[in-house]
Amino acid sequence: MHQGPDEKTVLQDVLEPGEPPVLAPGHDFGTVTDKITSIVLRRPLGIGWGTAAFIGFVLVNVLLMAVTYLFLKGVGIWGIDIPVAWGFAIVNFVWWVGIGHAGTLISAILLLLKQTWRNSINRFAEAMTLFAVACAGMFPLFHMGRPWLAYWMFPYPSSMGVWPQFRSPLVWDVFAVSTYATVSLIFWFVGLIPDIASLRDRARNPYTRITYGLLAMGWRGSARHWKRYQSVYLLLAGLATPLVLSVHTVVSFDFAVAQLPGWHTTIFPPYFVAGAIYSGFAMVLVLAIPIRHYYGVGDMITLRHLENSAKIMLATGLIVAYGYFMEIFMAFYGSNIYERSIVHTRWFGPYAPAYWSLILCNILLPQLLWIPRIRKSPKWQFILSLDILVGMWLERFVIIVTSLHRDFLPSSWGMYAGTRWDYATYLGTLGFFLFAFVLFIRVLPMITIFEIKALLPESEVHPAEVEA
Amino acid sequence: MDNGKQKKGEAVCPSKKGKLELVDVKQQLAAAKDGPQYWRSLEELSNTEEFQEMLHREFPRQASEWVDGGTSRRDFLKLMSASMALAGLSACVKQPLEPIVPYVRQPEEITLGKPLFFATAAVIAGYAVPVLAESHEGRPTKIEGNPQHPATLGGTDVMTQGSVLGMYDPDRSQTVMLDNDIRTWGGFVGALANPLAAQKAVQGAGLRLLSRSTTSPTLAAQIKQFLQTYPQAKWVQYDPAGRDNSRAGAKQSFGEYLDTQYNFEKADVILSLDGDFLSSGFPGFHKYARQFSARRSPDLKEKMIRFYAAESTPTNTGAKADHRIPVRAVEIEAFGRAVAAGLGVGGPATASSDWGEYASMIANDLQKHKGAAVVVVGEHQPPAVHALAHSMNAALGAVGNTVLYTEPVEAQPIDQTAALKELVAEMNAGKVDMIVVMGANPVYEAPADLDFVDAYKKVALRIHHGLYVDETGVISHWHIPATHYLEQWGDVRAFDGTITIQQPLIAPLYGGKNQYELVSALNGQGSTGAYELVRAYWQKQHTGADFEAWWRRAVHDGFIANSAAQVRNASAKGGVPAASGAADNSMEIIFRRDPMIYDGEFSNNGWLQEAPKPYTQLTWDNAILINPTTAHDMKIDTEDEVEINVNGRKVTGGIWRTPGHPKNSISVFLGYGRTRAGRVGNGPGFSAYQVRTSDKQGIATGVQLNKTGKQFLFATTQGFQNMDGRDIVRVATLEDFISDPNFAHEKTQAPVEGLTMFQPYDYSKEYKWGMAIDLNSCVGCKSCVVACVAENNIPVVGKDMVKRGRHMHWLRVDNYHEGSPDAPKTYTQPVPCQQCENAPCELVCPVGATVHSTEGLNDMVYNRCVGTRYCSNNCPYKVRRFNFLLFQDWTTPQWKMARNPDVSIRSRGVMEKCTYCVQRITHARINAEREDRKIRDGEFTTACAQACPADAIVFGDLNNASSRVAKLRAQQRNYGLLEELNNRPRTTYMAVVRNPNPELERAMDQRELATEHK
Repeated sequence: MHQGPDEKTVLQDVLEPGEPPVLAPGHDFGTVTDKITSIVLRRPLGIGWGTAAFIGFVLVNVLLMAVTYLFLKGVGIWGIDIPVAWGFAIVNFVWWVGIGHAGTLISAILLLLKQTWRNSINRFAEAMTLFAVACAGMFPLFHMGRPWLAYWMFPYPSSMGVWPQFRSPLVWDVFAVSTYATVSLIFWFVGLIPDIASLRDRARNPYTRITYGLLAMGWRGSARHWKRYQSVYLLLAGLATPLVLSVHTVVSFDFAVAQLPGWHTTIFPPYFVAGAIYSGFAMVLVLAIPIRHYYGVGDMITLRHLENSAKIMLATGLIVAYGYFMEIFMAFYGSNIYERSIVHTRWFGPYAPAYWSLILCNILLPQLLWIPRIRKSPKWQFILSLDILVGMWLERFVIIVTSLHRDFLPSSWGMYAGTRWDYATYLGTLGFFLFAFVLFIRVLPMITIFEIKALLPESEVHPAEVEA
Repeated sequence: MDNGKQKKGEAVCPSKKGKLELVDVKQQLAAAKDGPQYWRSLEELSNTEEFQEMLHREFPRQASEWVDGGTSRRDFLKLMSASMALAGLSACVKQPLEPIVPYVRQPEEITLGKPLFFATAAVIAGYAVPVLAESHEGRPTKIEGNPQHPATLGGTDVMTQGSVLGMYDPDRSQTVMLDNDIRTWGGFVGALANPLAAQKAVQGAGLRLLSRSTTSPTLAAQIKQFLQTYPQAKWVQYDPAGRDNSRAGAKQSFGEYLDTQYNFEKADVILSLDGDFLSSGFPGFHKYARQFSARRSPDLKEKMIRFYAAESTPTNTGAKADHRIPVRAVEIEAFGRAVAAGLGVGGPATASSDWGEYASMIANDLQKHKGAAVVVVGEHQPPAVHALAHSMNAALGAVGNTVLYTEPVEAQPIDQTAALKELVAEMNAGKVDMIVVMGANPVYEAPADLDFVDAYKKVALRIHHGLYVDETGVISHWHIPATHYLEQWGDVRAFDGTITIQQPLIAPLYGGKNQYELVSALNGQGSTGAYELVRAYWQKQHTGADFEAWWRRAVHDGFIANSAAQVRNASAKGGVPAASGAADNSMEIIFRRDPMIYDGEFSNNGWLQEAPKPYTQLTWDNAILINPTTAHDMKIDTEDEVEINVNGRKVTGGIWRTPGHPKNSISVFLGYGRTRAGRVGNGPGFSAYQVRTSDKQGIATGVQLNKTGKQFLFATTQGFQNMDGRDIVRVATLEDFISDPNFAHEKTQAPVEGLTMFQPYDYSKEYKWGMAIDLNSCVGCKSCVVACVAENNIPVVGKDMVKRGRHMHWLRVDNYHEGSPDAPKTYTQPVPCQQCENAPCELVCPVGATVHSTEGLNDMVYNRCVGTRYCSNNCPYKVRRFNFLLFQDWTTPQWKMARNPDVSIRSRGVMEKCTYCVQRITHARINAEREDRKIRDGEFTTACAQACPADAIVFGDLNNASSRVAKLRAQQRNYGLLEELNNRPRTTYMAVVRNPNPELERAMDQRELATEHK
C-alpha cells in the first residue's frame, strides 16, 4: 500500500499554501470508521446532548399545544387580518424552506463539481435539509383556514371532477416542495446505505444490528454494489441539482406572480435562491461549529470547511444585497407610484425598524467576513451565521408584511403583529428541528464514513497496483 | 365556471353540449310517423351524437377505457391504484342528521323558497319609514324601501335596515313581569282594575302616561278617550333626540306649531345651518337625499345644486357640501344672522373674523337665487336659529317653493322638555300615583338634572311597556313586553304626514303586547286586538264607499294615498328674534343623536353597532370628537381617555381627533353607556346623557376636559383617510367639468382591452352584470352597508375583532379627506367587490374556489374554499373578508330564523365577499325563464342599490344598451378604481363634480394658505 506524503496534500499545499486541509493528517480507514461509528454506538449520551434533547422535546410539546389550539379555534388565534392575511406562518415557511437548501446544494451540486471538501459536511447538512423542509412543510398546512381539506391541493380523481387550479403558484408550491422533500429524502437515504452497513457490522447489541441490518438493505460492499451505487448517487445528484434552484424559485413565485407592490418583481427568483443558500449555509455553520467542538470531530470538519462555507455566505450575501438594491432601483426608475410608495414605507413606515435591522443583519455585518481573521474564526462564524439567520427571517417578514400592510387603497391599510400563538408555533418548529437533529446525531453517522475514506491517501488508486 | 373547464365538461357530458332544441325534437317526432316509437328521454328521441356518446359510456368518464383497444395489465393497475389511493378522499364529509318537517297543508300564496313582500312601516323618532318586508316562509328577513310611498321613494336608512335584527333579538323581554317575577297579561289587566278605579274617583289626578313622540292616529284617539275618562290625567311625550327646538322655533315665527318640509327638487342653492338633512334619522332624510342627488347631477350644468354648510359636528351631510365651513355650534346663530343681514333680514350682525367674509358671499349667492334657495336648520340648534331660518326662507321667497309648512304630523305637539320637567316635579311632590311608561326609557335618557330615577321611584305604581327590560323596566313594578313593528298592526305617519299602515309579518315572537292593546287595557277594553282597533278607527274615518276595498288597498300599498299633512300658507311673523346674548368663548359640547344607534333605541343591535359611523368610521363606541389643532394645543391625542366636566357633571370617554371639527368644541353621540340594553348594547361607550341637562340638550358651554392618563382604544375600520396622492376619488369643479368632461381620465387610464395571457371570456351571449356608483350622488350614510349585512347573512364580529382588522362587511364606504385637517374636503366611496374581468383573485386560488361566471361575476364557492387567503392578498381593493374564527352564531335559534335562506352561512376558515347578490340574480332569472323572456332592466337590483336613499348605486345588464347602468357607464365621468392595473373592474364609479362658488373658493383657499404659512 502506498505510504508517505500523499499527492493530494502535496498538491493542496502547492495550490493553497497555508490553508487548512479538508481532513487532518493521521487518519486511516480504521480510525475514520471507529471515530464516526463510536458516536452512535459507543459514546454515552452526555449532558450536552441530554440538555439539547430536553429543550427540543419541550418545544415540540409547545408546538403540539399551539397546533391543537389552532385546529380547534382557527387561524384567528394568530395576528393575521385583512389586509395582512399572511403572517408568521408564511414567513416561517419561506425561512425554513430557504434553510433547507444548503443540504442538497452541498450534496448534489458540490458533488457534481467535484468539491471534495463537501464530503465531511454533506450528511448532516442533508439531514438538516430534511428537518428544515419538514418544518417548512407544516406551515402551509397550519395556515390554511380549513386544514382538514388540505388534500384538495393535490390532483386526485374526485367524483366531482374538480382539480386544483393550476394557474395558482400555491399549487406549484405543493409540487415543488413535495418533490424536493422526496428527492432529498431518497438522496439522503441512498447516501446512508454504506454507512448503515458499517454500523451494522460494528453493532454489538443484536437489536441494533438487526435494525441497521434491515436499513442497510443487504449492502455487502462488493465492487458491483459500489459501481451501481455510484451511478445511482450521481443520477440522484443530477436530479436534485435543478430542484435546488427550482424550489425557491417557485416559492418566490408565490409573491412575484401576485400583483401586490413589493411582491410583483421579476428579480425574486434568483434573489430568493441566493437568499436560501445564504441562510442554508448559515444554518450549516450554526450546527457544525458546536458539533465539531462537542464531539471532537474537528479533524474531519476542519477549519477549511468552515471557511469555505463562510465564503459562500459572503458571495450569496452579495447577491441578496444586489436584489435589495435592484428592488429599490426599479421602484425609482419605474413610474409605478405604488412600488415607490412601498419602498418609502419600508424605509420610514411603522416597520422601518424591521427593515433597517434586516439591512444590518444581512448586508452590513456579514461584510466582516472579508477580513480573514474573522472569516477563519469559528466563534465569529457562529455569531455571523446566527445574525444571518435572523436577517433572513426579517427579510421574509419585511417582504410579506410590509407589502401587504399598505397596498393600493389607503382605506384598507392596516397593521400586523404576531400573537403568542404565532411565536409558540415558530418556537415549536425550532424545537422540532433541534429534537429531530439531536436524535439523528445519535442514531445515524453524522459524517459520511465512506466519503471521508475517499479523502484518505489509502484510497488513491495507483495504476501500477491495478496492473499488478 | 371556468371557461376551460366547461369545455372539458362539454366533451363528455351530453347535457352541456349545446341546448337540446325543442325544434329538433318536434322534427324527430314528425319524421317518426310510420309506426309507434317509444322514447325515454328527449335526448334519446333527438338521437344526437352526444346521446350516443352517453350510451356508449354508461359511466361517462372512464368506462370505455375497459373495452377500447384492450386494457393492458399496466393500464389496469395504473387506473386502479390511482383511484383506490385517492378516491376515498372525496367521501370524507359526514352528512348531518337533521329531521325535516314539511308543511302538511301548505298555506295559501306561499311557495317554498319564494319570498313574499309585505308593506309595513318602521318607526324612527315617531315617524314612519315605509318599507316592504321580505318574508321567507313566514319569517321576515330583510327590509326594503317602499318605492311607491311618497315620503321615501324607496330609500331606507341604517336604522330601518338594522331593525329586522332587533325583532329576533334574544335579549328582548319575553314575558309580563311584576317585580321581576313572571306574570300573565290577564293578571296584569286584572291588577289594573283597582288602581284605575281609585284614579277614576279623583278623575285621574294621579295618573300619568309617558311615551315617545307619537304620530299614530289610532293611538292618539285611544289616548284621547283615555284622557276623557280621566280628565285630570296627563299624557307626557319625551324624545331625547326630539324636536323641541324646531317646535319652539315654529311657535316663535308663526305663533303655532308647524312642521317644516323642504323641497330640494326646486332648490338651486342650499344653506345648511348645522342641518344634517342627508344623515339617517333626520325626518325626511330619504326623500331629501333622493331629491338632492337628482339635482346634483353635473349634467344639469349651472342648474346643479350648490350646497353651503356651516357645520359644527362633522357629518356626512357636511361632507357633501361644496363649501363646508366649520363653525362652533353656538356660533351658528351668529353665522346665520350674518347671512340674514346680507339678505336684508334682521339688523346688522357681528360677524366673526373666521367666517364673516364667507357669510356675505353666501348671502350674495342666496340672494341671486331667490325663489330657488333654501336654508335648512339642524334640530339641535336653539329655537332662535329655527326662527331665523324661517325669516330667511321667507325673505328668499322659498316658502311654497323650496320650503313647505304643514300642519304638525305629531298627534299632539308639545314642549316635551317642559312636560317632562313638570312630570318629575309632580312625581317628587307625590302627586303621581300611577305611571305608565310606554316605549320610552326615561331612566336612561332623561336629562341629568331632573334626577328622573329618584322621582320615578316615588310613584306607587310604575308600569313599563317596552321591547326590553331596560333601565326603566327593571325599576318598574310591572313590565309588559312590547311587540316589534314587524309583529303588529298599526298606523303611523311619515314625516310628510302620509298615513302608513303597519301589518304584522309574524306572530309576536315573544308574546308581546303592542301599545294599542296596552292603552285599550287602560281604557278597560282588555282583549281588543290591534287589528280591530286600527281597522275600526279607519272605518270610522273613511267617508267614501266600499271601506273593505279601500282598506285592503291601504294595507297592500302600505299607506293611505293623499293623506299627507295639510300645507299651510304661513309666513314668519314678527321678524327676526333678538340675538340670544353675548358670544360664549368657553369650550362647548354638542350632543347629537348617534348616526347608527340613534338615541340608544338600537343599542342592542349588532349590525348597527358594527357599522362604521359616517365620517369617523368608528364602530362599537361613541367618542369625544375634537378638532385636531385644538387637541394638539391641549396635548390630547386620539385614544386618550378624557373626563368631560360640564358644569360639574362628569363623564369619561375616549378622544377621537376629527378633521373638520370646529375648534374649541367637542361633540358626543347619545345612546351609549347602556347598562340594561342587552348582551350587545351593555358596555360600549359612555352615556352622554349624564352631562346633558334639560335646558341645554343640544349644546352646552363651559366644558372642561381633563386627561385621566389612561387610554381608550377604539375600533375603526379605516385608519387612513388620506388618498396619499393616488387617483382614487376623481374630482373636478363644475367649471372644469364643463370645459373638460373627460377629466376623470386625464391622470390614469385603463390599458387597452385584451391584454391578458388567458383566453378572454365572452359575455355577449347572455347577461353581463355591472354596477355603476355615482360618487356625486353618494351621501355616505351607510344604508348600503347595513343592507348588505342583512341580505348576505354577514356575521357580527365584535369590537375586538374589528380592532384587529377582521370586520366582515362585504361592502364598505371609504372616507377620504383632502386639504387641511381643520377644514378638509371629504369624499365617500362605497367599495363592494369590483367583480374584475381580469380578476387577480381567481388566478391565485389553488383550489378554484373563486371562479369566473359566464356573466362576469367572480363567484365564491364557499364549500370549495380551503382558506389560503391568497386571493385577499392579491385583491387590490381588499374587499375580501375571511372567517378567521367561527364568526357565525350557529346555536342561537333566533338567528337561524333571521337569516336569508338564499345565502349560505359561512363557517370558519372560509373567504367570503360581495357576489352582486347572486341570489337575487338567480331569482330574477328563474322568473324570466318561466315567462320565456330576458330579465328586464330594473326588475331587481342588489341589496345595496335597493337601500340607497340617494340612488347612487345602479346595477344592471351591460349587454342591454338601454339599461340605466349601461347608460351611466357610457358617460365620461365613468372610471374604474385602480383601472390602471388592468383588472377591468365591473363596478365603476362616476367621478365627483363639485359646484363651488368661485369667489368663496378663492377666499377659503387663501385663508388655508395663510394658516399654513403661519
